[in-house]
This record gives sequence, structure tokens and C-alpha cells, in this order.
Amino acid sequence: MELKEFIENFVALFDETDASEIQANTAFKELDEWSSLIALGVIAMADEEYDVTLKGDDIRNSNTVEDLFNLIKSKK
Amino acid sequence: MAFFEFKNVRIAGIAAGVPKQVFSNLHPHETDSISSEYSPEDFVKVTGVEERRVSDTLTTSDLCYEAAERLIADLGWEKSEIEALIFVSQTADYWLPATSCILQDRLGLSKECYASDCSLGCSGWVYGLSQVASLLATGEIKKALLLVGDAKKRIQGTHDPLFGHAGTATAVEFKDGAEGFQFHFGTDGSGFDAIIVPDGGSRNQVSPASFELEEVEGKMVNRLQTRMKGMDVFSFGITTAPKSVKKLGEHYGFDYQQADYFVFHQANMKMNNMIVKKLKLDTEKVPSCMYHFGNTSSASIPLTIVSELKGKFEDKPTKFVCCGFGVGLSWGTVAFETENIHISDLVEVAEH
Repeated sequence: MELKEFIENFVALFDETDASEIQANTAFKELDEWSSLIALGVIAMADEEYDVTLKGDDIRNSNTVEDLFNLIKSKK
Repeated sequence: MAFFEFKNVRIAGIAAGVPKQVFSNLHPHETDSISSEYSPEDFVKVTGVEERRVSDTLTTSDLCYEAAERLIADLGWEKSEIEALIFVSQTADYWLPATSCILQDRLGLSKECYASDCSLGCSGWVYGLSQVASLLATGEIKKALLLVGDAKKRIQGTHDPLFGHAGTATAVEFKDGAEGFQFHFGTDGSGFDAIIVPDGGSRNQVSPASFELEEVEGKMVNRLQTRMKGMDVFSFGITTAPKSVKKLGEHYGFDYQQADYFVFHQANMKMNNMIVKKLKLDTEKVPSCMYHFGNTSSASIPLTIVSELKGKFEDKPTKFVCCGFGVGLSWGTVAFETENIHISDLVEVAEH
């Protein structure tokens, strides 16, 4: 599992946010477009692309995109 | 492993009752609790719920009663022959007595009637079906009613735009030689607070503090209203429902893909689409009614059959796989075949 590919999958969950605004160190919950609906998209993406089950606390306890990447990697 | 089957029982018919009143999610009603986090359009796009039926007067048992009267009339059943009634709901008429007792009398059923309530939500129709099937399996009781749904809440307040009101009736009968039902069930009470009304039961009795509003996942709710850990419920649904369907097929040695229809609890579109994708199902075989009715809790499986499949399958042998999952956490999957089943027209109930 690669960070670059994960960021691409993460970016794809957003409609209005430009890809350049989302980097490994982006605090994703501070993005204007972030919402609980996109959080569901993250859970779905983790399940679909990486076969990893994320819970609400996993999202709540992650700050940056790389945090999420590392968490999913550790659960694989 | 909670697998079992009951033979010699069949579904004779299904009916569903909903309030006449339609609430649109694109134009939220003043009593709808809308999150400020996203627009009505985004809510509809993600959840798939554009409108739902809502009533502040009709209880679940009112809707079930209307559905049951229609179904009994359509089937030509004698009320005196109905010797069992199970009511599945989390919105009972009273704390006590059981609503099933009230419905026995209101429907004019015999006093020689087994009546019991079952408190389950989204998995409730499948659980209720297993209970009714077990009562009928010996052949001593020949006809039973399963009345299932959720509607008007126990306390006044706002409406959640994800949920609609519905009460359904499923007529189940003993029939020698019928193939019956195959079930798989599961429970994970560690997730008991994923969907919960915290106060009002004996664990946390009603007190003045129960009425104080607090923010939960972007919405202001009090402790007598339902609160949900949306993300946890979502990850539960997309993992548990597909597994349960696969397990049932493996246990009973059938290819689940061969079923004619898959009817899932209508949680929300995002969750249901994931489940369908994970099971690699042909979407033509997976009817959905959440666009018009929202998430109707335990009523969602029979309501989907009534609203989406009426006229498409009744007279020919049709294999169903149905899966309910949610509050508890609780889940159940059933496989059965129907033939010459009666599906009543949707019963739209006017305000009292």
C-alpha cells in the first residue's frame, strides 16, 4: 500500500476541494468540504480498496491524511 | 452458529401501511432536524432519501392495523383462524401493556390467540419471521400475523430526515410440504450504544435532565431521542450484512447469487450500494424504496417488497434472500421461496 495512491483515493471523495489542497500532512477535518458524509466515504474506501474496517473513533483520532494511511496500513 | 430452518410454513401475503403525509428532504419541514454540516441536496445525494412519510398522530400499531385489515380482507382469511400475532417495533403504543395484546382485540382476533411483542429495529422483520415460523411449524396453529414497523416516537420533537414511518403486515401459514425458511442470525451487544435512546428505560430513568439538549454528531438532541454513531453503524452494516448473506448460502449449500431478489434493510443508499457491490449482485435484483420512504426501520424489507415488487413475481416461484441489520447491534438473513403470494396495494393512511 502506497501513500501516493492512498492520497489519490482520498482526494476522489471530494467534489469541490482541489487535489492540490490535499497532501499527506493536510489536517483533513479542517477542509471546508469535510463532513460526516465524506467520513462515510473514507470508511467505504478503506473497506473497498484495502479491506480494512474503520470505526468512528479511528476517524476522530486521526488528524492528517498520513495518519489515516498509517492506521489503515497497520490494520491490514 | 445461529442457523436454523423451518419447513412446512409459507408467506401467504404482505401488506404495508404508511402515512399519507409526505415530507420532502429537498424542502425540509420545520420539524425536521437538519444538520448544518451539509446541504439538503448533498443529504439526498448521499442517503438516497428524497422524501418520506411522516405522521404526528398515527402510531406504528395504527399503520400495522390498517395494513393487517387490508391483508386479511385481500386473502379472505377468517379472523377466527388467526391464532398468533407478533408485533415487532421500538415504538410501542404504551410502556405496558404489550401492543400485540391491543392489536389482538382491535383486529377482532380470537381470544384463543398467542400475542407477543418483540423489541428490535432494523433486523426485526427477519427475527419476527423466525418467531412466527417457529410457532407455526408444528402445524397446530395454522395462521399467524407478523406486524412490524416503526412510526411516531414516544416523545414529541423533531424528525430525523433519514427516517420514514411505516407499519407492515405479513401473513404466514402452515402448509404441509412447503419449503419454509432458512435463517442466519447474529448479535453484537458491544455496539448497544451505536443507536440508542439513552434515557427513559430503567437503566436511566426519565428526569428533568433527560430533556436537556446536547450536541451529538452535529445535531441537538435530548436524551429521550434516538442518537446514532453514524460512522460505526456504517462500518457495521457494510461488513456484517454481506457476511451474513454469504454464510447462509454456504451453510445451506446454495449459491446466493441465484436468488431472484435480494431485499435489504433500507439503511441509506451509500451503505446499501456498498453491500450490493461487495456481494457482486445484479442491481436489477435489488429493489430499493428509500428514495420515497426513507429508512423505515424494521418495516423496510416488507415495505420494499410491497412498494417495488408488487405485480412482478406473485404467481411464479420466486426465491428471496432478505437481510436486516442495525440497532442492537443485531442482524438476520432469511432465504425463502414464494409462490402464489398476495401483495396488497400500499395502504396510505390519512391522519386521525
